[in-house]
Amino acid sequence: MIEYALEYPDKLLYPLLEHIQMLVITLMISLILAAFLTIISIYSRLLSKTLVYFFSVIYAVPSIALFALLIPLTGLGKTTAIIVLVLYNQYVLLRNFLEGLDEVDPAVTEAATGIGMTKMQLLIKIKIPLSKRALFTGIRISVVTTIGIATIAAFINAGGLGSILNDGLRTVNTVKILWGSILAAGLAIVTNTILSKFERKL
Amino acid sequence: MTQKAIEFHNISKKFKHAQYYAVDKVNLSIEEGEFITILGSSGSGKTTLLKMVNKLYEPSQGSISLFGEDIANIDSIRLRRKIGYVIQQIGLFPHMTIAQNVATIPKLLQWNKKKINDRVAYLLNLVGLDANDFMNRYPSQLSGGQQQRIGLARALAVDPKIMLLDEPLGAVDAITRLSLQEELLRIHGGLNKTFLLVTHDINEAFKLGSRVVIMNSGKVSQFDTPRNIVANPADEFVYSLIESSRSQEQFWEGLR
Repeated sequence: MIEYALEYPDKLLYPLLEHIQMLVITLMISLILAAFLTIISIYSRLLSKTLVYFFSVIYAVPSIALFALLIPLTGLGKTTAIIVLVLYNQYVLLRNFLEGLDEVDPAVTEAATGIGMTKMQLLIKIKIPLSKRALFTGIRISVVTTIGIATIAAFINAGGLGSILNDGLRTVNTVKILWGSILAAGLAIVTNTILSKFERKL
Repeated sequence: MTQKAIEFHNISKKFKHAQYYAVDKVNLSIEEGEFITILGSSGSGKTTLLKMVNKLYEPSQGSISLFGEDIANIDSIRLRRKIGYVIQQIGLFPHMTIAQNVATIPKLLQWNKKKINDRVAYLLNLVGLDANDFMNRYPSQLSGGQQQRIGLARALAVDPKIMLLDEPLGAVDAITRLSLQEELLRIHGGLNKTFLLVTHDINEAFKLGSRVVIMNSGKVSQFDTPRNIVANPADEFVYSLIESSRSQEQFWEGLR
């Protein structure tokens, strides 16, 4: 195992970097989209419920099926993978964002509204600062989920750590299977630990 | 004719899915500078009535005017910034210092720094707190009574002509309550503002109110000065309210 890593470091490092790249791009797009959807959700309860319901339905579709469904539209590769990952993320992020913002003490919200804050001012000056930990929890969960689901994206040629696993499975190569598993799980665990530490400081 | 500060014209409110009217055809006319208390048990519609004044609730029927202007024609954000609002749960912003809490609306209105600082210091002193001592503290470092003083200062920040107070002393202990009642009278006396205060405490209502609105199941039972109400209770409900307070007095007398 160690020999494999020493002999072909590129074959492990490159998929790892690719995986992280997929994660970073997905996260950036997801956060922008989720922030936008959260903002329009505060203006309409109906819209917010509809959006959460819509993304919960998508979330319920197995990832491999969603990848397959998108292939005719966007083809094989990273683009399709990122679209799917962003869609999955919306459920995790939007639900956590909206729930976190709703948990702010109703007395504080009422006072802020009563003295004349607009919905946007209420969101930015009161709700976000008071629910930053819950908001960050949502981001952490979406990061870890993305690391996991991105592994499956290797099936549609998106690269990443899943490709090591894929190769291993196809050629019945235990070393590759192990390395793929260790790196994917390790990345998720390490990221989760770092983000949790940061979260506790908020 | 003197300008009426607040007028309720045949105002009714029925909440969605509710069987009955929370507020039922209320007509009231309040002069500028009055201290009006609204007395009623829970579910009488007193808070609902209050919250229609700053558009936290929309009336189902009727209209409300402030200084002759129908509030339906005023943007709700602009309206609320001209009306002070204090609630029982206080609702200070826990992540902001006392000074920042009080300065919330002045900042949104982009007052300059000097004006804001002066105003904050003036208001803290007005509500009986040492400005230098309290300015940089956080709400959690204050007692309940002190927090409500800040709530009051925040509501007074942009010098509103009308103050709405929804059971402001409902959550403070009896002794603090008495001293805050005195403070409210003092502040009201010095500012020529119209106060509208909701309470379920008959002693508080009669002590603070220049006139008292007594509400029972959405309707106004009586609206008059404390003296006139005690002399001529308008109906059975008002009579029993006064009696309940009297019997309490007798209980205390009995303990002497």
